[in-house]
Amino acid sequence: MSGRWTSFNIASVVFGFAFLYLPIVLLIIYSFNESRLVTVWGGFSTKWYGELFRNQGLIDAAWVTIRVALLSATVATLLGTLAAVSLVRHSRFFGRTLFTGMVFAPLVMPEVITGLSLLLLFVAVDFARGFWTVTLAHITFSMCFVAVVVQSRLISFDRSLEEAAMDLGCPPFQTFMRITLPIIFPAVISGWMLAFTLSLDDLVIASFTSGPGATTLPMKIYSQVRLGVTPEINAVCTILIGLVTTGVIIAALVNKRRVVRESASRT
Amino acid sequence: MKAVARRLVILIPYLWLLVFFLLPFLIVFRISLSEPAIAMPPYLPVFDLEEGWRAIFDKLSQLTWGNFEFLLEDSLYINAYLSSLRIALLATFLTLLVGFPLAYGMARAPQGLRPVLLMLVILPFWTSFLIRVYAWIGILKPEGLLNQFLLALGLIDRPLAILNTETAIFIGIVYSYLPFMVLPIYANLEKLDYSLIEAALDLGCTAFGAFWKVTAQLALPGVLAGCLLVFIPAMGEFVIPDLLGGTRTLMIGKTLWTEFFNNRDWPVAAAVATLLLLVLVVPIVLFQNAQARAQRAAQ
Repeated sequence: MSGRWTSFNIASVVFGFAFLYLPIVLLIIYSFNESRLVTVWGGFSTKWYGELFRNQGLIDAAWVTIRVALLSATVATLLGTLAAVSLVRHSRFFGRTLFTGMVFAPLVMPEVITGLSLLLLFVAVDFARGFWTVTLAHITFSMCFVAVVVQSRLISFDRSLEEAAMDLGCPPFQTFMRITLPIIFPAVISGWMLAFTLSLDDLVIASFTSGPGATTLPMKIYSQVRLGVTPEINAVCTILIGLVTTGVIIAALVNKRRVVRESASRT
Repeated sequence: MKAVARRLVILIPYLWLLVFFLLPFLIVFRISLSEPAIAMPPYLPVFDLEEGWRAIFDKLSQLTWGNFEFLLEDSLYINAYLSSLRIALLATFLTLLVGFPLAYGMARAPQGLRPVLLMLVILPFWTSFLIRVYAWIGILKPEGLLNQFLLALGLIDRPLAILNTETAIFIGIVYSYLPFMVLPIYANLEKLDYSLIEAALDLGCTAFGAFWKVTAQLALPGVLAGCLLVFIPAMGEFVIPDLLGGTRTLMIGKTLWTEFFNNRDWPVAAAVATLLLLVLVVPIVLFQNAQARAQRAAQ
């Protein structure tokens, strides 16, 4: 689509982005507020950040969250990539409709249902709740997001490359490792990052499936948020936003450089 | 060897989803038919295979529809379902109202600017949902930033009560789910060939007519996908009504949470989940079909 970029178009884009970004910007600004009263500006200060590092409960929760996110994102990426390959490369197998349904349904399934159902599964098989149950739950819902991301890349790439390799006698596994995987790799990486942040952010599913000693950061933040807005929580949130934003921007830049290099080598 | 490897590729994720996605739903349904008990796990009966088939049949006869009867009799639950439905529908419409012009504006933006705009829409999606909802508490509070701003401008003379009302829930849902609405609509609008609109205008269509007959029709699959991506999760939303809606607003996700964590009535919580799933089956199937169509179109 093209045509003239009218002032109405510009206004709706500006309004839309202001709406999306203003709350986050305000939250970041107020994390540097000297005053304990979160809505009254009392001067610039970084004291709430210092306070965070003395809060052992918060640090423990952050550590649990990072371990869960690293492990679940990695397993989810493996499973999700396999699921994507099954969906795109194998047009017929037994129960394909059910499989497709199970890959897409978790994307929209309300979290309370996913959380409750997984918890009841763990209780039914008498599996001790804690770090591992949260990790298993996160793998399950984030692998579907990975599958969708990888799938779209698999659909768009030129299959004749794979066919050429196979025609020249390359076995299927080697073809996958040397041709397919390098091509879909950016999607696999963004799938991993998506799974990582989904796990990092999740409150509802973790609350259902977690047990003693496995309180995650969102659970900790939630229990404090219920008591009201505090500058410490603003500071935690700012750190999280900063980390995730930096990660996403670095990934985008790396990807861009790769694309530029590829197109340069082609000419 | 080849066939084995091929089967494994399908089998591993398939089995995983069967065990961790489908099986749990069957367990939810089973427990929704149980009686609550003061025990851990707090429900009866539990199947014990060691007692043999006879015991299992005995236990089966103990299953009851009592929890569902309880849900249908108590107006609290019915009202929670209806109010969730109303809030989710209205919120989806409002998200479309904000999201469509944004996606449209992005699709008409100069070519070089579009990747940046796309990135800006995706970025909030990466930042925590909880944090984004939390950010609104400080803004909407009676002594919050929005009220301070409006008072300073002299538009109002006493603070508006927005937090802990349904308005706050609408703001929260529109805000949190906006990227889900914008992305599929933008994907459809971006592909749209502008010469079609020019042709419609040349043939005497008014600007609005061309928009309605060409742009809106071609954007329809994206609009449908966006609406489903907002409506289905919004229906069972817990965090937004809990943090922004206060105690008086009723939504089914919150009811389920309360039954489970506060009342510790697992069978009723399971029955609430089963009914919610039943309500959502039709939109979820619609969503699946839309996804499958998009996939076929891309191939």
